[in-house]
Amino acid sequence: MANEASIDPAQLSGDGVRRRDFINIAAVSVGGVGVLAALYPLVAQMAPSADVLAESSTEIDISQIAEGQAIKAIWRKQPVFVRNLTAAEIADADKVNVATLRDPETLEQRTTAGKKNWLITMGVCTHLGCVPLGASDGEVKGEYGGYFCPCHGSVYDTAARIRKGPAPKNLEVPAHEFTSDTIVKIG
Amino acid sequence: MSFPWAQEYKPVNPLMRYLDERLPLPRFVYNAVGAGYPVPRNLNYMWNFGVLAGFALVMQIVTGIVLAMHYAANAGVAFDSVEHIMRDVNWGWMLRYGHANGASMFFIVIYIHIFRGFFYSSYKAPREMIWLLGVVIFLLVMATAFMGYVLPWGQMSFWGAKVITGLFSAIPFVGEPLQQWLLGGFAPDNAALNRFFSLHFLLPFVTLGVIILHVWALHIPGSSNPTGIEVKTESDTVPFHPYYTAKDGFGLGVFLIVYASLVFFAPNLLGHPDNYIPANPMSTPAHIVPEWYFWPFYAILRAFTYDFFIIPAKLMGVLAMFSAILVWFFLPWLDNGPVRSGHYRPLFRKFFYLLVIDVLVLGYCGGAPAAEPFVMISQIASMYYFLHFLVILPIVASIEKPQPLPFSITESVLGKDKSAVLRPEMSSTPATA
Repeated sequence: MANEASIDPAQLSGDGVRRRDFINIAAVSVGGVGVLAALYPLVAQMAPSADVLAESSTEIDISQIAEGQAIKAIWRKQPVFVRNLTAAEIADADKVNVATLRDPETLEQRTTAGKKNWLITMGVCTHLGCVPLGASDGEVKGEYGGYFCPCHGSVYDTAARIRKGPAPKNLEVPAHEFTSDTIVKIG
Repeated sequence: MSFPWAQEYKPVNPLMRYLDERLPLPRFVYNAVGAGYPVPRNLNYMWNFGVLAGFALVMQIVTGIVLAMHYAANAGVAFDSVEHIMRDVNWGWMLRYGHANGASMFFIVIYIHIFRGFFYSSYKAPREMIWLLGVVIFLLVMATAFMGYVLPWGQMSFWGAKVITGLFSAIPFVGEPLQQWLLGGFAPDNAALNRFFSLHFLLPFVTLGVIILHVWALHIPGSSNPTGIEVKTESDTVPFHPYYTAKDGFGLGVFLIVYASLVFFAPNLLGHPDNYIPANPMSTPAHIVPEWYFWPFYAILRAFTYDFFIIPAKLMGVLAMFSAILVWFFLPWLDNGPVRSGHYRPLFRKFFYLLVIDVLVLGYCGGAPAAEPFVMISQIASMYYFLHFLVILPIVASIEKPQPLPFSITESVLGKDKSAVLRPEMSSTPATA
């Protein structure tokens, strides 16, 4: 090469590490940090945006829900079932031997203390995410009187616990609290 | 595709050897921007800007694809979706400011790249095709930038779309129907916004394709250099890697400092506040101007205020504006002197600097209100612009006596070239015509 003569032999002696090696490693390292810093926003931009996160809680007026009736509310763009259980449905749920269940939970564990008749669950089947039937009037409630998922035949009982079919878990109970006797806040 | 002394790609790793025999992509990269591409040893920082333009394009594509994940190309929600990007999307403000200022950086780099070409006559044989492809790239980038500016659907977006498509209405007979066809309506609306978004997404990839041709054409004769004399021997060149990867890397660092300063400290410096007002078809902003990178051409458009014989002023302005770029296509044949570099062309050099000043003046007038004295200055500057390319350059090329050229690139760098002694038949007397 043309400029071999311009390389200072003294630089090649010693421990063999040249000033240029240091500059090279330092420059490439700083460049690498810069690339990583630039990549972070490009990845993070796909996470839920502020307006999506702002919808993370919703308040539901339950004053108009009669005994034995249920409504579908929307929380995080997903259906939530709010069900006012009858005394018979509560009795049905309580008489089941919890140990025999696929996902053992009592109705007490799934409801707020003192408001055992208010069963609030996600309307999202724990199998593959369809909306089970049984919340609206006239819909099939399945053989256990709770919910029935038409996609793959999962059957839930009156406490929305999985009893039959492919779903692995009970319908999820979202975090919720009663801010008054007629308002429940989900999320 | 390269000089005979180019280093050959020799993979050591067995996996790379395996790959090389089946898909020689690493070999291709090695020969294109690696040690296998010998480059003149005397390139100055003006030769950074091609790589920087390529970097800017990639940056625009990356930020653009990400913005398209959040933007909605519908006249009803486009403005709000841009505000959503600015306020709600994680890092959305940075991505949008990065994209908008990235366009400005792209044009800064492209303009320097083009004027480098003017000064060193990079368009001369055998590099005409590189130049012609470069002008095509410039036109594509201008079209892309214009359509991108429409997407936020603010006041400047809307009226920019109206005015620029209005240019086509100047064409006799077919102008009005043509404008309506371009817009898909009588004024910019949802149809126009949707097609502009579609084309704004497509054209960068078309540009990328033409850039591949541009670089392919460049690698046949190899890069030009500040002396303008061709490479003769191996001592005139150094391998692209590590010499120019390092030099371009430094230039890239400077580029990024300027870019980051704009994005983080003055993101709206080069924008126009009126574009933060939603598009209103009932009210035109008082002072409507395009983005700064269109100003010189906008000044030429507005310079024509009188009918020219049977040609109306409006059509003249449009023709002149497009001709201002189209004239570049003829540059290799308008300036046909044998010496390339402006360093050895004293007369040409003076006119080059006059052209720079002229374009800066045009740029200033293009951004100024359409009133005196700017209209008159635009008229004079526009006239000089065309005079430069169509009259001055051909005359300079024929009457100029260039200064003596060095024998070789090596001699211009080291002051002496040993191979000149070994090969006395190669005269060191420069061409003097």
